[in-house]
Amino acid sequence: MASRPLDSALPEPRSFASPAAALPGLAAGTAILYLSLVVLIPLAALLWAAVGGGWTEFWDAVRAPDATAALKLTVAVSLIVVVLNAFFGTLLAWVLVRDDFIGKNAVNTLVDLPFALPTIVVGVVLLLLYGSSSPIGVDVSYSRAGIVLALMFETLPFVVRSVQPVLYELDRDMEQAAASLGAAPFTAFRRVIFPNLLPAILSGGGLALAKAIGEFGSVVLISGNIPFQTQVASVLIFGRIESDNQDAAVAVSVVLLVLALSILMLINLVQRWGTRHDH
Amino acid sequence: MITKYALRFTALGYLTMLLLVPVGMIAWKAFENGWAPFWASVTDPDFLTALKLTLEIALIAVPLNTVFGIIIAIMLVRHNVPGKSLINAVLALPFALSPVVVGLCLILAYGQSGWFGADLANAGIDVIFSMPGMVLATMFVSLPFVAREVMPVLREIGTEQEQAAATLGAGQWTTFRRVTLPAIRWGVIYGVILTTARCIGEYGAVAVVSGNVIGQTETMPLLVKRLYEGFDKQGAYAASVVLALIALSTVLLMTMFKPRQEA
Repeated sequence: MASRPLDSALPEPRSFASPAAALPGLAAGTAILYLSLVVLIPLAALLWAAVGGGWTEFWDAVRAPDATAALKLTVAVSLIVVVLNAFFGTLLAWVLVRDDFIGKNAVNTLVDLPFALPTIVVGVVLLLLYGSSSPIGVDVSYSRAGIVLALMFETLPFVVRSVQPVLYELDRDMEQAAASLGAAPFTAFRRVIFPNLLPAILSGGGLALAKAIGEFGSVVLISGNIPFQTQVASVLIFGRIESDNQDAAVAVSVVLLVLALSILMLINLVQRWGTRHDH
Repeated sequence: MITKYALRFTALGYLTMLLLVPVGMIAWKAFENGWAPFWASVTDPDFLTALKLTLEIALIAVPLNTVFGIIIAIMLVRHNVPGKSLINAVLALPFALSPVVVGLCLILAYGQSGWFGADLANAGIDVIFSMPGMVLATMFVSLPFVAREVMPVLREIGTEQEQAAATLGAGQWTTFRRVTLPAIRWGVIYGVILTTARCIGEYGAVAVVSGNVIGQTETMPLLVKRLYEGFDKQGAYAASVVLALIALSTVLLMTMFKPRQEA
């Protein structure tokens, strides 16, 4: 491997491939082994367990009344949260790019906090302000509103961080043209800016949706885990594992896995559609 | 003009009520009765054991995910490996999959009645309900960060310099060490910051595989949960403040090392 013929280093047109950066087979092999041990084998074990019990048992576990209720609640609150954060996230991105005020950099830094703050701590801090001993008299503990609140905190950065760079790069000529043609600011936003931001809002919203559907740590304290009322899918799975009812846990987990994969595929489609509209 | 202030007020008001006030309150609550109770909480043996375990797990998971993240990024950007789209999907999954499901997957593969349960038991290795399982769970959820940050940088820098180095007779390792690595270093650093934060803060996946043995398999986030539910709220607040400070340092570092300056 030490010496290589020069001609093998010739660039391939329109390719990033470079023999110079060729990986030793050992490194690539170890990386594949690592991926397999950490991610692929465990995922395969889940699917195997789901198939192993047979379709009827799988469906029975998913259609158990409490499992269905938890899955419906999870998807419903996640969709509400995504719509809310699509709105507030776009607004925050707008203010961070187009507005100017003292402390803007601090605000911009703060937006990343939900990415870094441990989820269990999110539950603790939200219960301080919005729990049973709330200093402002708002108590959302053990309620669906509490779940929405926790998920809003957790998913806040996604839309901001996907819309912000697009808004920053957006050509302002079009807006000025719209304004000079007599469009009111809101009309200009709706007809000119919003269509350009839509792919970014959708892909940020998609990531937020996936995160919200799977979220556990920030919800577990605030939701109270009341079956049929505030029990979300991840908390239900956790309970099933703890009570050694693994089959039910597997079935609901597979539903979450399928949801996660579908959302990722949709995001991929949206991003392709977005880049096609760039030019 | 009015619109501008209305937008600013709404956006900042949202951020204040959702993020700033709740996170600020934890600092106030932890020190409500002065330093003494806080100090007692953070010098408690359970706290120190949890902190030590959390850091040990991060010290294993972060370097592994960094090294393999770089290798995987190079594989995906510079090579046509078979199964490329599968690897790409695997890199996105930890962001989207519920941490509880991650934990369950690990139990099914490495738990006592799992695929390799009998073999591991024969070899005398406990994975689930002990340290290796918690490390695996942490590695799973924090796996993609470095690779995801390095891949766009690799695409951007292109291959000219790497080819020049090869033409001048540099071997693979030398080319990587002297040309590629310096070019991608900011992406690597940013990825390491994100990975570390996730490793320290992970709750769900670790909770499933830990078995919650106090003083043995209890990380900082697990400690917060136990103290909070066990009505030692003072202790939970103290541990939360420590974790919140780590998170705050993380976002400050993120701002410092942000690859593309948008705002």
